[in-house]
Amino acid sequence: MGWLAFGLVAWALGWWINSRLSHRPRTRATGLLVPVTFGVTVVVIWECLVRGLSISPVLLPAPTAIAATFAKSIHILWADFVQTALKGALTGYIMGCGAAFLTAIAIDRFPFLQRGLLPVGNFVAALPIIGMAPILVMWFGFDWQSKAAVVVVMVFFPMLVNTVQGLSDTDAMQRDLMRTYAAGYWQMLLKLRLPAAMPFIFNGLKIATTLALIGAIVAEFFGSPIKGMGFRISTSVGQLALDLVWAEIVVAAIAGSGFYGAVALLEKAVTFWHPSQRSRA
Amino acid sequence: MRNLLPVLTILAALLVLWYAAAVVLNAQWARDQAARAGAPLSFSALVTDTWSQDKPKLPAPHQVAAEIWQTTGAMVLEGRGFSKRSLIYHSWITFSATALGFVLGTALGIALAIGIVYNRTMDMSVMPWVIASQTIPILAIAPMIIVVLNAVGISGLLPKAMISMYLSFFPVVVGMVKGLRSPTPMQLDQMRTWNASSNQTFWRLRLPSSMPYLFTSLKVGMAASLVGAIVGELPTGAVAGLGARLLAGSYYGQTIQIWSALIMAATLAAVLVGLIGLIQRITLKRMGMA
Repeated sequence: MGWLAFGLVAWALGWWINSRLSHRPRTRATGLLVPVTFGVTVVVIWECLVRGLSISPVLLPAPTAIAATFAKSIHILWADFVQTALKGALTGYIMGCGAAFLTAIAIDRFPFLQRGLLPVGNFVAALPIIGMAPILVMWFGFDWQSKAAVVVVMVFFPMLVNTVQGLSDTDAMQRDLMRTYAAGYWQMLLKLRLPAAMPFIFNGLKIATTLALIGAIVAEFFGSPIKGMGFRISTSVGQLALDLVWAEIVVAAIAGSGFYGAVALLEKAVTFWHPSQRSRA
Repeated sequence: MRNLLPVLTILAALLVLWYAAAVVLNAQWARDQAARAGAPLSFSALVTDTWSQDKPKLPAPHQVAAEIWQTTGAMVLEGRGFSKRSLIYHSWITFSATALGFVLGTALGIALAIGIVYNRTMDMSVMPWVIASQTIPILAIAPMIIVVLNAVGISGLLPKAMISMYLSFFPVVVGMVKGLRSPTPMQLDQMRTWNASSNQTFWRLRLPSSMPYLFTSLKVGMAASLVGAIVGELPTGAVAGLGARLLAGSYYGQTIQIWSALIMAATLAAVLVGLIGLIQRITLKRMGMA
């Protein structure tokens, strides 16, 4: 009973702090504090509920139990992270986004191809590409190469569509100005159209970060060596070791947010001139 | 219609590439067979063989088409359209989970968006977490959700729908928040001069002006919720559904079966997204927005 009461108190306290904070003028500090308070409150309530209602750890382990498992099995988690996130997702991400970028520049010279590829690309980007996973695992074997291949296929089309759209985002006036400067195709591409395409390209890169991790993890459900985040999740669920599963999810969350954050930081540095970045600063 | 010719060209090119890739990928097996039989293998024999193997590395398009016809149209003609061997049955299973998850996700997304637009505390505390929730590869917990809900006694459609819901609520929240905030200060002031209550402002101004945003996010949400349903079917032990067909196909090396399930999934996605597009066009036209 005590734990439940404590949870209620924590809820009320978190609510009160947040409503006080959010009615003050919006600054950097409150913008950060409010979501953090919300997150901490949710975790505290979770802990209290698990203890108060004595929920079996097989169903929902308490945050403290997850943290303990996390600390205990850090070397397993690290090996899984290297296998899935670095070898599978990151390699595939770089190869897929790079290939899509080069393809976009190549077809950019032919409006005919562009008009044909955009609808097809948009269509393919909406398909459940993750279904390709079993086929690619069959082709490239169980190790990280097949996971990288799944990631390549998943990130290719969103990235392609965004880059093609970005490359056509200059207006006639700007292109005319470049022409009056006697700029050739490559100068026009490097000095005007690529910089103008950057917001679109980064949009594609950001979408691709989440897709890459999802692709690498889900591909491991179809066969993998005895390490990797997807492998660990599916086998630990089978052993009902849910605390390890949650620890793996924490790793995935950190990896996903870190990956996304890194791309977002890079975007801020590259497209500092864009209105969406300027208004925030 | 202007894009019809380029699109058809691209599709034809893809088809040619597919056939060529089938020859290259399946050649090894054909050569091994010929070497074992001790027979010389002419080029035309090689090509016909690579396009008609039982378990090819990459089945040719016509093999996949034949398999799809056998498991859908032909079975309907025999009157067994809903038997467990039919892809229509599996598509239906996947579709029902997708649709339920989509409806739940849309409802949750709209409710959250209304809360976020009308409540400053919620805006500041929930919105960052909604965005963060998508940087987490949520599909990774699909197996756990299935197993845990199963242990509580919830099984069948709902666990899969929960995963679909989780994937589809995000685009709806983001789109609806943008849409509900899209009325200009001028329009809001106009409502105020008419002495409109906040209820009236919501129903007469904010909700109607959010419709274009809503439909765009519904399309994304529908595609996401189909992915959720397919992945949700993987850990259930491959009982029924397109995801189960994928898994069973990969266990037994039935590549043709995998590809036909894949094409069915793609068709399902195209039909569902197209349907929303149709509703969008009709609704926006009747509202005078398109």
